[in-house]
Amino acid sequence: MADINKKKIVLPLAPNEEFGSVKHLNTKKIKLPHGIPGHNLTEIEREVSADEPPALAVNDQLSVVGKRTKRIDAIYKVTGAAKYTSDIQLPGMLYGKFLRSPHPHAKIKSIDVSAAERHRGVHAVHILSVEPGGAVQRDNGHDAPAETYHVDKLPVLRYVGQPIAGVAAISDKVAREAVQLIKVEYETLPFVVDLDEAMKKGAPLVFEEKVEQQQTGGDVGGEAGAGQQGNLRGPSIGSFYGGPRGDVDQGFNESDIVVEGEFRTQVQTHCALETHGIVADWQTNMLTIYASTQSTKSVRNDLAELFDLPLSKVRVITEYMGGGFGAKFGAGHFGVMAVVLSKKSGHPVKLMLDRKEEQTTAGNRPNSQQMLKIGVKKDGTLQAIDLTSYGTAGIGLGAGVGRVAQDMYTCSNFRMAQYDVFTHAGPGAAFRAPGNVQGCFALEQLIDEIAEKLNLDPLAYRDKIDQSEIRKVERKKGAEKFGWKRKQPGSDSGVVKKGIGVAQGHWPRIIHVDSSATVRINKGGSVEIMSGVQDIGTGTKTILAQVVAEELGLKAEDITVKIGDTTYPDGPGSGGSVTAGSITPAARNAAYQAKMQLLGQVAGGWQVEIADLDMEKGEIFAKSDTSKRMSFVDATKKMRTNQIMATASRPDDYGGFEVGNAIGYDRLGSVQFAEVSVDTETGVIKVDRVVAAHSCGRPLNPLQIESQINGGVIMGVGYALYEDRIMDKETGYMVNANLDQYKLPYSKEIPHIENIIIEQYGAHSSTDASGIGEPANVATAAAIANAVYNAIGVRIYELPMTPDKVLAALQVI
Amino acid sequence: MNRFEYIKAPSVGEAIKMMNSTVPEAIINANKGGAHIVKAAGVDLLDLIKEGVVSPDRVIDLRQIPGLDKLNFDQQNGLSFGPMVTIATLAENKEVYKNYRALHEATAHAATPQIRNMATMGGNLMQRPRCWYFRSEGHHCLKKGGDVCFAQKGQNQLHAIFDTQICPCVHPSSIATALVAFDAKVELSGPDGKRNLLLSEFFTLPEANVTCENNAQSKEIITNITLPVLKPGTRSFYIKQGQRESYDWSMGDVAVVLEMEGKQCKTARIVLGAAAPVPMRASKAEALLKGKTITEKLAAKAGELAVEGATPMEHNHYKIQLFKTLVKRSILAAV
Repeated sequence: MADINKKKIVLPLAPNEEFGSVKHLNTKKIKLPHGIPGHNLTEIEREVSADEPPALAVNDQLSVVGKRTKRIDAIYKVTGAAKYTSDIQLPGMLYGKFLRSPHPHAKIKSIDVSAAERHRGVHAVHILSVEPGGAVQRDNGHDAPAETYHVDKLPVLRYVGQPIAGVAAISDKVAREAVQLIKVEYETLPFVVDLDEAMKKGAPLVFEEKVEQQQTGGDVGGEAGAGQQGNLRGPSIGSFYGGPRGDVDQGFNESDIVVEGEFRTQVQTHCALETHGIVADWQTNMLTIYASTQSTKSVRNDLAELFDLPLSKVRVITEYMGGGFGAKFGAGHFGVMAVVLSKKSGHPVKLMLDRKEEQTTAGNRPNSQQMLKIGVKKDGTLQAIDLTSYGTAGIGLGAGVGRVAQDMYTCSNFRMAQYDVFTHAGPGAAFRAPGNVQGCFALEQLIDEIAEKLNLDPLAYRDKIDQSEIRKVERKKGAEKFGWKRKQPGSDSGVVKKGIGVAQGHWPRIIHVDSSATVRINKGGSVEIMSGVQDIGTGTKTILAQVVAEELGLKAEDITVKIGDTTYPDGPGSGGSVTAGSITPAARNAAYQAKMQLLGQVAGGWQVEIADLDMEKGEIFAKSDTSKRMSFVDATKKMRTNQIMATASRPDDYGGFEVGNAIGYDRLGSVQFAEVSVDTETGVIKVDRVVAAHSCGRPLNPLQIESQINGGVIMGVGYALYEDRIMDKETGYMVNANLDQYKLPYSKEIPHIENIIIEQYGAHSSTDASGIGEPANVATAAAIANAVYNAIGVRIYELPMTPDKVLAALQVI
Repeated sequence: MNRFEYIKAPSVGEAIKMMNSTVPEAIINANKGGAHIVKAAGVDLLDLIKEGVVSPDRVIDLRQIPGLDKLNFDQQNGLSFGPMVTIATLAENKEVYKNYRALHEATAHAATPQIRNMATMGGNLMQRPRCWYFRSEGHHCLKKGGDVCFAQKGQNQLHAIFDTQICPCVHPSSIATALVAFDAKVELSGPDGKRNLLLSEFFTLPEANVTCENNAQSKEIITNITLPVLKPGTRSFYIKQGQRESYDWSMGDVAVVLEMEGKQCKTARIVLGAAAPVPMRASKAEALLKGKTITEKLAAKAGELAVEGATPMEHNHYKIQLFKTLVKRSILAAV
């Protein structure tokens, strides 16, 4: 049995033991567009592998890529033909259900599952000993996944909702009944669910011993080998952008102005429309899994390792997926349970979490307490940034927030100390721009404070300190669209005060080179693209169709996209906004190579050079002799084989990577403007309008990018004003573990949103595309906070900005 | 959710024969089992069953009983409606808008369009509190027959600021706030016939019986709701503030009914919702307005008086300011 806990713990998304950059047998030099059209567009020469396709022109010279294109699967989604994991029904399928801990901290003295096993309709019962997905205690015998099969080592329960045992039965109802028949005797132990309480001396310990976090594709887990004292683990002093810089104390000594503040953000839950879940079908020759996942290969890899199966014997399918936002990587405790129950019962087992389980056990954005201090010269030059942060991911790790402060603005003296604080609560998970959303709330408010002290407009000050060209353009275009004209803070007359604010966002440009696709051209002209990559709702299927269609001179709807199945070549996990930038170059390269094969056959037939041939508008033609022309469909009918196919993987960025095999040069910048109304008599804030200016390299499909930006802004509004996981300190329960009392923004809470998408060419790959999911969510809450300050003249340092906090800040209560 | 029998009652009389418990009784007697309870639309009941708060053996449906969904209005008798009248029916009724504006506002701002189309007024008045401890399977609180009120030391941001000592749950019906302001009456039918009482007397405080928000007996159901004819010159308004504007429960809501004579207020009824375990009359504020010309200053003073004597809890001090504002704004909006 493989041991998942002895895997090397690595910095998230950093290089591990893979080979570094790749050498090529033959290279060529190509000129690619570089820069921002209308601002600084130029060309840059890159030396690339000889089998790379030619440079793609800027969007306005293309016919499919860069055009607003309707989702190719929209019809299936709106008619219900699309089958999500929760829709899967297999012959003989059983339903799985968990018994979960009713206590925040307890030992199991005894457990009796006999009545559940005897219950009519029950096929299998299993007691789970170690829960994958949380931090794992390493020293008490719970260090091998084999434990998940053993009944003699009962788990220590560390949060309300922790899985204890699972049941598979003929219906959901029978499974629920059986769960209630499991008799457990608990020894309850002291617990702590509050960040501040957990840090106090003598607080009940979540882990007696040092812990590390298991790794899954989406984790932003804690730094390996960090110190641990009490419930405090850390400090983490760096990120993949490096560690401390310069001399911070000296920097403050040399500063003319020093601003500081303590900022707090809440725990936010992901609330994807589709809950976590899996259908597992254990057969002797193959384990087939239907999963609501952001990474088909991560589920496959986890299960292959845990159940000691070769990768070839696990197939994971995610044809349609109802959102993840970072929390859906790996097999998860429910996935492991579903497989065990399927193996035990000999039936397929479906195990979808209900909303309460989703809210309490399936991930969240850790909260934060951030002490941020910035020193500047009289002219505004940043001299020193110092950040200390604490946050709790419950029993998990990954509450760091520092990457924004570290990397968004140039400052030669930088230091941070980030601590994870363990509490008796469900594990955190990556969540749409992990760390950056929290960090931005603090940093961008303090930057505004500095601007005010310098008597500078917030935009003018950012023009001065921000080196990013893309954000410079975004500020300018955004301000124009927004009509940026600011009153003095708090000067708006009347009871309901209006204010405007701006904040900037930052997200690294991350690439997964383990991203491959096959393009297949069939006789008769049908074209398929196949990859294990999944479409988590962002529109990956459509951009793949666009990229292949552009290369082959076809239309997006001519391309059949087969993805979300590990039978196909591995795609990237969809987290970190990596998908578009990772899989579309592979897709284009595969399409190009297949095209070359087809053109080779045509060239042979026409007795011309391949280089003389091209494809456009469904036709193949010779550039030197326009009478040589044939439709794409007719050409495929003359193919010597029934199919032509080519597979390509994501090459290194053309200019190489900044860090490892994953972190590219350039950042995904964003600038968001918000207008708010604050009712000073009730404390109620309403976001009236947001202008969001964004870049994502080459925009592949503006229609879908706008959807992503709208979604990011709406999620940011929820984070700023409404959402909050509320824990009861006395009982350790989340009291609003539903979608009634956990407040998401609904129709009337959604502001008028205007988008600006800036084309930015970096000459990084054959499509030069990047993601947009995370950048869309980073700046919103900070922009709203700055707008609230502008409205009422008092700053709110804590999220969510609910009426009680506003009234307290106004000293009305 | 437990397995239960479902029966459609053919008549009120049959329903009364079939039922043996109110929902509160079914909850506190859970260990005995055998509860037969009635449902209207089931909006609230289904939630409670799914969470495992109540596990009836038999659910008796009232929706198909003829005659319970009638609404009548005339200038002689006022407004009367059966318990199966939906919230949407009231919200869309022109006479309600014209004559009982506060009731219109309360119904139009309740829940969501989908729920308003389904939920009935009888069910709305009989629904159980939204307190998250009461609603949690894991918290055996006073209201469910336990011996702890978890809200006292817990997360009480949405709880009461008056009558908080025993159980600070606020009444879940924001429409009741408006109904009490109009002196609405309910007709209850039981094995011994019918009785009529003011809605304000129907609702009870925790000191009377902490497990129940009203004095409905085991085999009683609401069969009619009436609002009296209003004196000429009566004006009303209602404002609800939720955490969200779309679909939300009340953080605080206020109904104001003013009988005006020219610019002068003859009598006033001001009711606070989500302030106490029952919709609460703000008597001092009402007295202040009597005989006076309504000004912004006077309305603000009424707001101050309305929260006098409040005993806010650890996390809900903001409600004091909220109610001051809502009372002031409702009065000004009414005149």
